[in-house]
Amino acid sequence: MTSFMSATKLVAEREVRSFLRTKGFWIGLAVIVVGLFALSVLPTVFGGGDPKVATVGSAAEAVQDGAELEVRSAPDVAAAKELVRTEEVEAALVPDTTGESVTGIRVLALNDPPTDVVAALSTSPPVDLLDPSDVGQGQRQLVIMVFALVFLMFGMGGAAIAQSTVTEKQTRIVEILVSTVPVRALLAGKIAGHALLTLGQVLVLAAAAPIALRLGGHQDLLVIVGPALGWFVPFLVLGFVLLASMWGVAGSLVSRQEDLGSSMGVVVMLVMAPYFLVMFMSDNATVMTVLSYVPFSAAIAMPVRMFAGDAAVWEALVSMGVLAGTVVLVVLLSSRLYSGSLLRTGGKVALSAAWSRGD
Amino acid sequence: MPMLTVNGISRSFGEKRVLDNVSFDVRPGRMTGFLGANGSGKTTTMRIILGVLAAQGGSVTWQGAPVTQPVRQRFGYMPEERGLYPKMKVAEQIAWLGELHGMTRARAKEETARLLAQLELSERAGDRLEELSLGNQQRAQVAAALVHEPDVLILDEPFSGLDPIAVDTVLGVLRARAAAGVPVLFSSHQLAVVERLCDDLVIISGGVIAAAGDRDELRAKHGPPRFELVVDSDAGWLRDHPGIRVVDVDGPRAVFDLDGRGDQEVLREALRRGDVRSFTPVVPSLDTIFKEIAR
Repeated sequence: MTSFMSATKLVAEREVRSFLRTKGFWIGLAVIVVGLFALSVLPTVFGGGDPKVATVGSAAEAVQDGAELEVRSAPDVAAAKELVRTEEVEAALVPDTTGESVTGIRVLALNDPPTDVVAALSTSPPVDLLDPSDVGQGQRQLVIMVFALVFLMFGMGGAAIAQSTVTEKQTRIVEILVSTVPVRALLAGKIAGHALLTLGQVLVLAAAAPIALRLGGHQDLLVIVGPALGWFVPFLVLGFVLLASMWGVAGSLVSRQEDLGSSMGVVVMLVMAPYFLVMFMSDNATVMTVLSYVPFSAAIAMPVRMFAGDAAVWEALVSMGVLAGTVVLVVLLSSRLYSGSLLRTGGKVALSAAWSRGD
Repeated sequence: MPMLTVNGISRSFGEKRVLDNVSFDVRPGRMTGFLGANGSGKTTTMRIILGVLAAQGGSVTWQGAPVTQPVRQRFGYMPEERGLYPKMKVAEQIAWLGELHGMTRARAKEETARLLAQLELSERAGDRLEELSLGNQQRAQVAAALVHEPDVLILDEPFSGLDPIAVDTVLGVLRARAAAGVPVLFSSHQLAVVERLCDDLVIISGGVIAAAGDRDELRAKHGPPRFELVVDSDAGWLRDHPGIRVVDVDGPRAVFDLDGRGDQEVLREALRRGDVRSFTPVVPSLDTIFKEIAR
């Protein structure tokens, strides 16, 4: 007799094998890897180089040797202004005539103060922070973006579970499967198989990321993201199982691929909503705190807060506990709904009908 | 005795009662034909035996014990609506199903190769199922039901969609299983097919078992005593003979039903009138039995 575990393993194996054989899987992965390289390498190629400045007369002396500026001199202030207007240069350094400037020069720019130019002009004085934040704003944004994207990828990847469930219903092989192994083993195998697939993709990305970042000259970012991953991975795995079981139910409710759209809506929303909320509300500490406890968004929000130093370890543990509890509950509910609807064919199965188990 | 027994199962869908106290045996080493018109409850019965559908009352037992999940894993099932994974390779998915039924990988592969050879499908082993013709998909479906060397075979319309040669191929494989002591239950709405293939017969009509038992006994029991008489001269005199209902008279040849037991008396009368060329009891076809029972 096949035990629950070995049935689950066989189902998972089949899912992985048949997905590795689809073109769509490899095309999707290739697009993501190419995108990763494009994101990190292209800005260096096109946007690279030192800021250009024009100098007039004695102002040129303000540019020290080794300053990261590309300097060209202009005959007078009017000519320098013209260069700024035509955006030939980012800024112009002109002698100060008002006496306001301590350094004796003024910086002319078009719309915004050219911080990179100003920074390059002088050596910064040492700064003492009384309450330093752990990470910079830019780094935080980056981590949020990466975590949210990976979450989105994982979450939507679960749609494959819905698809494979409908395929089994549509071809009626489900009758053979159900008469052979417990329905729960079918659901468990699908979740395990697709979790492995998605994890594999993330590993490919994790391996490609250092190469891409090095090519783009951003190796320092890697050091920053590293520690945050320690929290992100367990949260993500739990979050995936939560969504995966719901994807399974979405698939079991309909009998044809064409009808899948009607049952997937709720799950798609549960993936997209946390993604957008965290992306756009990340500056609102209250919202982020709430999101980090809501099981569906905790997988992104809590690791981000941990990374930013906004949450204590006990908070992460509590949130993870809540998430794990929700996973157990949702998986139990899902497997009942899954069993109740898997063998019903025809139209879309109402959740109440799936729950009642008339058959 | 390794026998599958269906004990008084009933089932309704909503208000409609599709099975009413259905009972019959599937005996080992015999092909049991499950005969009934469309919608008479054959598929529902089979799905209940396989646990795909729950019975509302009654039970299914195997060797006297209730059929549970581990027991059912040793059953072979061919559902009414065919389906395997369309994108998976034929041999690969049959072997996978074997493993799912508890075989080791090596054994599953071995048995798959053997079965595909028997079903004359070896050449297509590496093709995806969707690339096969419907008839070949059907053979693959048979292989999927047999791969784990099941203790019991439940096949819903296994011969529909097969050309006559394929019917013989599949039949050969099934007969070999039956000969090895496996009870085989197969449904059909094609009387001629069942007539040729089954040893035992279960006839269902409107969710009720109308008759069940040995095919030949059923024939003898349910057909009216019918005889064919061929004489030298005209046989028209039979029309006026008492206790006889003439079905057909064509010159010297007549087919008639007897109301009672008086076959010898009719023969004596015929001999008195002249020479008798032949006098034979006519065995009724299943068609006749079926019509009589389902009436």
